[in-house]
Formats: sequence, C-alpha cells, structure tokens
Amino acid sequence: MANEKIYDRINEQSPWQDITEGNKIFEAATSKDFCTGEWRTATPVWSQEKCKQCLLCTPVCPDSSIPVTAGKRADFDYDHCKGCGICAKVCPFGAISMREGK
Amino acid sequence: MAIRERLSGNEAVAYAIKQVNPDVMPAFPITPSTEIPQYVANYIANGEIDTEFIHVESEHSAMSATVGASAAGARAVTATSSCGMALMWEELYVAASNRLPIVLALVNRALSGPININADHSDSMGARDSGWIQIYAESNQEVYDNYIQAFPIAEDKRVHLPVMVCQDGFITSHGVENILLVEDDKVKDFVGEYEPEHYLLNAGERMAIGPYAVSNYYMETKRAQRQAMIDARAVILEVADRFEKMTGRRYSFFEEYRMEDAEYAVVIIGSAAGTCKAAIDEIRETTGKKVGLVKIRVFRPFPEEEIAAALSGVKAVAVMDRSEMFAATSGPLGAEVRAAMYQAHGTADVVNYFYGLGGRDITVSDFKAVYDRLETIARTHVVTDMYEYIGLRSAQSEEV
Amino acid sequence: MKDTVEIRWHGRGGQGAKTAALLLADVAFKTGKYVQGFPEYGPERMGAPITAYNRISSSPITVHSNIYEPDYVVVVDESLLDSIDVTKGLNPAGAVIINSTRSKEEIEEHLHGYQGAVYMVDAKEISIKALGKNYPNSPMLAATVAVSDVMEREEFLTEMRASFQHKFAKKPEVIDGNMMALEMAFDAAQARGR
Repeated sequence: MANEKIYDRINEQSPWQDITEGNKIFEAATSKDFCTGEWRTATPVWSQEKCKQCLLCTPVCPDSSIPVTAGKRADFDYDHCKGCGICAKVCPFGAISMREGK
Repeated sequence: MAIRERLSGNEAVAYAIKQVNPDVMPAFPITPSTEIPQYVANYIANGEIDTEFIHVESEHSAMSATVGASAAGARAVTATSSCGMALMWEELYVAASNRLPIVLALVNRALSGPININADHSDSMGARDSGWIQIYAESNQEVYDNYIQAFPIAEDKRVHLPVMVCQDGFITSHGVENILLVEDDKVKDFVGEYEPEHYLLNAGERMAIGPYAVSNYYMETKRAQRQAMIDARAVILEVADRFEKMTGRRYSFFEEYRMEDAEYAVVIIGSAAGTCKAAIDEIRETTGKKVGLVKIRVFRPFPEEEIAAALSGVKAVAVMDRSEMFAATSGPLGAEVRAAMYQAHGTADVVNYFYGLGGRDITVSDFKAVYDRLETIARTHVVTDMYEYIGLRSAQSEEV
Repeated sequence: MKDTVEIRWHGRGGQGAKTAALLLADVAFKTGKYVQGFPEYGPERMGAPITAYNRISSSPITVHSNIYEPDYVVVVDESLLDSIDVTKGLNPAGAVIINSTRSKEEIEEHLHGYQGAVYMVDAKEISIKALGKNYPNSPMLAATVAVSDVMEREEFLTEMRASFQHKFAKKPEVIDGNMMALEMAFDAAQARGR
C-alpha cells in the first residue's frame, strides 16, 4: 500500500510478534505522521496584511510549523503547531495573534 | 590438519580475531584483557588485517562505538574486563535490545572493591540480565573455539543478539597451554562474510534504530527479545555441530565429565573445571567412587531442563559459584541450578559453595574435599550449611 | 620421567623468571610435550618477589591451580632465600636449583631441612663469561632442563638455537653468546649433581 503509514502496521494493538526486531523503524521522517497539532490549546493566527515577510518567526518555531517557500512564509502548519506562542511574541508587527482553543 | 600451537588465552582470542578480520574494533585497555586489543593493534599495524581500530577514551565509549559500528552494518567486536565492563553497563543493554550481533571478549576479573585484578565471575555474572548470550571457557582451546562460534550464533537471523565470550583472567588469559588452531581459510568459511539484512549505511533503505518506546511497547519488545534467547538454544547447538564437523571438538550447553554413572556431581563454570576433572580421575582411580562434573559452557540462555536432566540420577550436588550476588543466600549459579532441579522435581541434595573470589586458588585437594562432603550429605541427608566456602579463613570451624 | 613434571620458579620482577618459565614451556612444547607456563597472577613490579610455574607432561593437562608440591624449584635470586621458604612442598625425589656462588653447606641452612638434591649454578658468572652481561634466566633455564631431564641436551639446544634465531633475527651476533651460556650452565648443572 503506497500510503500505508508505520502506525497502520505497528500500533498499540500489535501483539509482540509484530514488533520489529529491536524496534527498528524502516521509514524516514515518521514524525510528520504524528499530528502534534492535536495537543494545541491556543492557536496562532496570521494576518497576511500586517505581515512584512521579515521571517523572524520562522527560525524560532520549535516545531518547524511555519512553511517558507521562495523566501515567503505561508500560513501555519496546524497539523504540527503546538500553539506555544513564541512566534506571536517575536513578531515586531503584531501580525500574529493567539486565539484560545484550536 | 589443525595447527599445533602453544598460546596464552589472550593470544588465542587475538589470533581468532585476526582470522575473522572483523570490520571494527573499538577498545580501551584494562587488566587482564589489555593484551587482546594490543595484539590486534599489532596485526593491524603489520598490515595482516584491515580492521578499523577505534581509540576511545573509556569503555563507555568503547561499547558505544561498537554499538554504532554494528548498527551501521559492520562486524564489530571489543574486549574488556571487570570495571571496564561495568563502565559499559548502559550500552550492554542497548546492544542487546537493539539486537546487534556484537562479540565481546570478556576476560573475567573481580569487580571492585576492594580493588583486585584477579579472576572471578562477578563482572559477567553481574551482566547476566543484560540480554547477552554468555559462553564460558575452561581452557585456552575452549576460549578460541567459543570465540569462532560466537559469530555465527550472534549473526543468525533467529538470534541477532550480542555474545560475551568469557575466560578466567590470568588463569587462562596469561597461562600458556597447548592449543589446536584452525586454518585461516576454514575459520573464514566457518564465520562467513557478514551480510546484515538491515543497517544504517544502506542508502537504499530508510531506517531508524533505538527509538523511544514507552510502556505501550516496552513489554512486547522485551518479550520478543526473550524469544531470540529461546531461539538461540537451537542455533548454539547447530553451530556446535558444524564446528565439530570442522574440528572434531564437540561442544554443547555444558560438558558432562564422567557423569554416566555419577552419584556425586559438581556443577561449575570456567577454568577450575579442569582442576575438578583431575580430582575426579584421581578419586575414581583410587577409590572407585562415582564422581562427576557438569561444566556449564552456556550460561545465557540458561539450559534449565538439560541441567536438571543431567543431574537427575545423582545423590548429591555441589554447585560452585565464583561470584557473590549478596542475596545473603546463594550465588547466581547456585540459585539457577537449584531452581532448575526444583522445577524438574529433582531429588538430589544440593549444597552451594563460594570459591575463588578475587582469584583465590582452588586445588585438586579442595575438590576431593567437596566430593567427600557430598558423600556425607548423601548418606545423612543433612545439609547443615547450604552455602559454604572453599578456602575461607574463619574463626568458626564451620562457616555458615 | 614421570607423567607430569611440575616446576616452580622464584625470582624478582625484572629478572626474567617468568620469561624463563614461558621459554621452558615453549621448548618443551616443541619437543612434543603438553605444557603449561604461567606466572603467579598479579601485578609485576621490578624487584618484588614473583613466582612462575611450569607443568610438562606427555598427556593433556587440565589442572589450573598453582603448584604446591613441585618436583623442581628454581631460585633465580638467592636473596629470596631469607624471606621465602622456597623448598615448601618440594618433592624430596626432586631438586632445588639455586643461582648462587655460595657453598651448598651455607645455602642448606636456608632450605628448612629439605632432603632432596641441591644444585648450585653460578648463573651470573656464566652469563658474564658468555654474554658480557648478567642475564641469569638463560643459564637457569638450561640448568633446570639438565636437572629435571624433561628433554635431551641436544634436543634442547637445537630448539633454543631455533628460537634465538627467530627472537634475535635483527641482532644475530648475540645468538652464539646465548647458546654458550646455555651449554655452560647445562654442563655445569649436570656435573654438580649430588
């Protein structure tokens, strides 16, 4: 199955016989499949109008959840953003505000 | 034709390493195993082998580098003793749980303190729960033979566990004895080229090793690891058969010496078994008394049923430990052999001896006294002291 | 020769007693024997008393203990006689071989009433004559072979020459001196038996 994820094969229902030898994981970048955005209790909201594209927010994000393409940031990756709020603190232009909840 | 030689135990292991030509050997010197990496470094310097020797700053690093090399796909080995292995403790468990087929030459030496450089089994017995296969030797010949067999055992797909090849510090490591070596090409054929199925340096396969596994996976992981230990039993015997076909020398989980009709038996590990054999020959020749020996070769996995079966016909057994475990009862071998006999509803009386701690010598006459004691116990069925000592100075006449 | 000959060496760290024991194991091995050569297990310190052992047999040896009742005792340094009971456990049918210039009578006071044979070898004199330096272990090795009869003279000398040729491949000029030391000590020991 092309789109099969590691947790489709091994998960908390798996019997011991199905656990890979030595817990080896035969897949790369499996953290992408782990939606830590689920943990979020506060959500950053990006204002495209106020944003000057200075990109100060990008390197401080602990979860690499601010995607940048061709020198410009896009909206948050809410699958992985945990809502820590560092980006909102660091933004000099008030372009990121924190909203309670998801 | 085997090559007739005389070598010390350390020379024998180093020679086997030369014949195997492993990919990587990280090691740190510690008495009495220092000579092993020293000889290997010479072989490398002389261009006889192309093993990558990694100089490290401690045994913690030695085992870490061995783990790393093995995970990367290399055939990786190291050597150590005593406190050196104690410093590897964390990585011993990592090596086993990551299922890495590392081979460690352990030259048994007492753990501190008091600081002591001589032989006892406290180092390897302390590591008995780390998930390593443990194979012990009586002589230089056996440590050489065990070392060669360790690779096909560790690297078998049904096993994938690290193997500790143990010998008694100084007694065999520094003692020169006759030995029969196997020709280089035969050793190379026997261990084969190492071809790991999964390894980190394989650019064609995505792979991560050593992930975090919390309570929802840890127990299943440990059960799978136990299965490898269970499956290792068959592999150890298969490899021994193949080795016998090559050399004529027979190995199993343990050696039974004159046990066919034995009424009194000693169970022991390591070099002292040879001394015990001399006592057995003398007793049988001079008195006709039926005495025998079970010499444990494979302590992990523990051959529980087989040992119980070997002891099923005897009247009294002395299980002899060369290390303490401070249960305030028995030593590790004593506890496990007793448990095996209990499980099999064994009827023999059992006494557990501590001997040889920190290198204290044990002689033929010591073993003769043990067999005398077994005879008395078998007659009276009174084991006054379940845990006794050989050669201990005591203010009391009988040490409890 | 009985089936297993047991030899105990007494020396001081740095004098080559352990090396001599290993050489004896080596040369006996080459004549087809089963051998053991091992030091008293411990740290070696220059000048400290050390003990080394040999077992030489025509059948396989399994015993791994030290030797308490040797057939022969070799004393490489006679100053040990004051502090160590070198003949302890020594077989009265065997012998003690001592590196000394003193008379047998003087030495016997230190032998705790040992009834067996006593051989005196002036290893220092032999070594200085043959090699120009005091290396007592080679003469003591030769004397031990002569007294214990673990192999024939010619067999011993042939094997020793071969091992010197290997050991001193880069300085062959010392081989003849070493061989001379062995021969002198061998013959002296044989002649001085009682």
